[in-house]
Amino acid sequence: MSIAAPASSSTVPDAHGHFGQFGGMFVPETLMTALTELDDQYAKAKVDPVFQAELDHLLAEYVGRPTPLTFAERWTESCGGAKIFLKREDLLHTGAHKINNALGQILLAKRLGKNRIIAETGAGQHGVATATVCAKFGFKCTVYMGAVDMERQALNVARMRFLGAEVVPVTAGQATLKEAVNEAMRDWVTTVETTHYILGSALGSHPFPMMVRDFHRIIGIEARRQILEREEKLPELLVACVGGGSNAIGLFHPFLDDKDVRMVGVEAGGRGIKLGDHAARFQGGKLGVLQGTKTYLLADDDGQIQLTHSVSAGLDYAAIGPEHAYYRDEGRIEYDFATDDQALAAFRRVSELEGIIPALETAHGLAYVDRIASTMGKDEIILVNCSGRGDKDVGQAATQIFGGSTIQDLVPGFHNPFS
Amino acid sequence: MNRIDSTFTRLQKEGRAAFITYVSAGDPDMPRSLAIAKALEDAGADIIEFGVPFSDPLADGIVNQMAADRALKAGATTKGVLEMIRELRKTSEIPVVLFTYLNPIYTYGFEQFHQDAAAAGVDGILLLDLPPHEEPLNAELAGAHGLKHIRLIAPTTPDERIPEITEQAEGFIYYVSRAGVTGAQTELSSSIAEQVAKIKATTEVPVAVGFGISTPEQAATVAAVADGVVVGSAIVKTVENNATAEDVAEKVAAFAKPLADAIKAI
Repeated sequence: MSIAAPASSSTVPDAHGHFGQFGGMFVPETLMTALTELDDQYAKAKVDPVFQAELDHLLAEYVGRPTPLTFAERWTESCGGAKIFLKREDLLHTGAHKINNALGQILLAKRLGKNRIIAETGAGQHGVATATVCAKFGFKCTVYMGAVDMERQALNVARMRFLGAEVVPVTAGQATLKEAVNEAMRDWVTTVETTHYILGSALGSHPFPMMVRDFHRIIGIEARRQILEREEKLPELLVACVGGGSNAIGLFHPFLDDKDVRMVGVEAGGRGIKLGDHAARFQGGKLGVLQGTKTYLLADDDGQIQLTHSVSAGLDYAAIGPEHAYYRDEGRIEYDFATDDQALAAFRRVSELEGIIPALETAHGLAYVDRIASTMGKDEIILVNCSGRGDKDVGQAATQIFGGSTIQDLVPGFHNPFS
Repeated sequence: MNRIDSTFTRLQKEGRAAFITYVSAGDPDMPRSLAIAKALEDAGADIIEFGVPFSDPLADGIVNQMAADRALKAGATTKGVLEMIRELRKTSEIPVVLFTYLNPIYTYGFEQFHQDAAAAGVDGILLLDLPPHEEPLNAELAGAHGLKHIRLIAPTTPDERIPEITEQAEGFIYYVSRAGVTGAQTELSSSIAEQVAKIKATTEVPVAVGFGISTPEQAATVAAVADGVVVGSAIVKTVENNATAEDVAEKVAAFAKPLADAIKAI
């Protein structure tokens, strides 16, 4: 793990969980003690070789690390510019990067002596990863999920149930990720003595943004070593989609000291940049405090959080992880966005050209690559995080791309016996 | 003297606990919310807590969530809440405490809000998601003068943390009687008296107890051991049940009166 993996010289967050002016612990008093305990336990685990060894062992034997770095040959040719490489987090057990963090946190929950796990989920990938590690380690598991997301990610709802988790639909507000986080927090405030909350993105109160980042740094550590081995140079550009920002910060963080490597996080542009139609926090978002952290978020002039929209449930969220806000203001990481239509187009192109069906979240990063690759030289390298696979999105993408109201409409003469 | 302090001083002389009522400001609409506040004072409330509605109230149970939602749908804004309190001040000197989340206040401008709220006649503020240690760490949270910052202590607060919180406490301390979100409960926690005594051992600042108190019996039990009793969701539920009624204020007063009487009888 230590090969070509320099410890970053980054000094954020500080002891209070502040990334410059962002981050922090903006939570009700009832949760302060649990968060402080978690911070202490995590600090101990981080330097405990026994903890690290168990995590590394499970990442290899259960989760399937290291993931390959794949040269996207036909897509590169088609774009006619920079060489494109995909970091294949889609090949991990459960189908996305989310399991890196879920596994790390379940090992912490064991140390904390908690017997029940709760989680929020948007696209369902974090919910599935959490339900999976709960099954493996024998924890009770409750996952909060927006009712709208349950409908568009029904496959993942079924997976969580097979894994023994209870999936609680959340109908408040716009019934997506933000409301699921609210409900998970309400559960946690009530059950904090026995329950650990496995938060699924680089979001929320300290220590979550730091801890989730650390559990995903393995993505960037491997990718850096792999590209150096294969190409004998670092990439010119790193790209990843950004909802809360866990896969992006995991890829970017180990490259922060490589000053010649540009990094671009791609947010969800939804139907276009008009408040309520997108989830691109750096396009008109303002500084505020939501769900434990100070960061950029989409709110009105009265501080009420606004509706968001994205074709991808995993990016459909009003706030961005505080570390992204920090590096954006520092100028170290750049942010752009892809619209629903651009993401769907990239979803098709990469499926057809590479035989890889990406998640709709991932497709936002791919859409940016598709736009930018031809403007770069053939001796240059783009490394993009293929953060998840698209199996969960097949139904939704099929209706968006091929038309019809359900995936069964694609089957000639199909008669649904249940309708 | 701040209205909160003078009220507790007076009640201490009278030898009784304060009856603190919570309602969501602007629920069901601003004019009726003002009428409710006046009716609560007439029914015997000693301090009024107004929730400033926020879209994502993650420490609130379903009753208070729906109240904030009704208020926002009826057009409540942070500015509008201050205007309503200005109106209340024309006829009332009851202490007013705002109970809300950081984002609406942050967006307004933290310092500006404190100035405007104090000018409107607000006496204190309780920000559920602003722990005491964050204030000095965030430059833009400085200059918050004119309002008493009410601090929370929870059942999960370790003993060694209690003095850290009470050291900075002013107005009163809000002891959250159980781990959880706001909302009525059929049974009170048995450890309230013990916890309140523990807090009082570290400070002269009065201690009020809230979360889950809904009946005169529960109110009386808490009034016997604390300096103040907060009743929230049970009153808000009465607003909800009468949200379409013109005389919602009278209905709320009729519900609050027995609670006030029970507290005063102790």
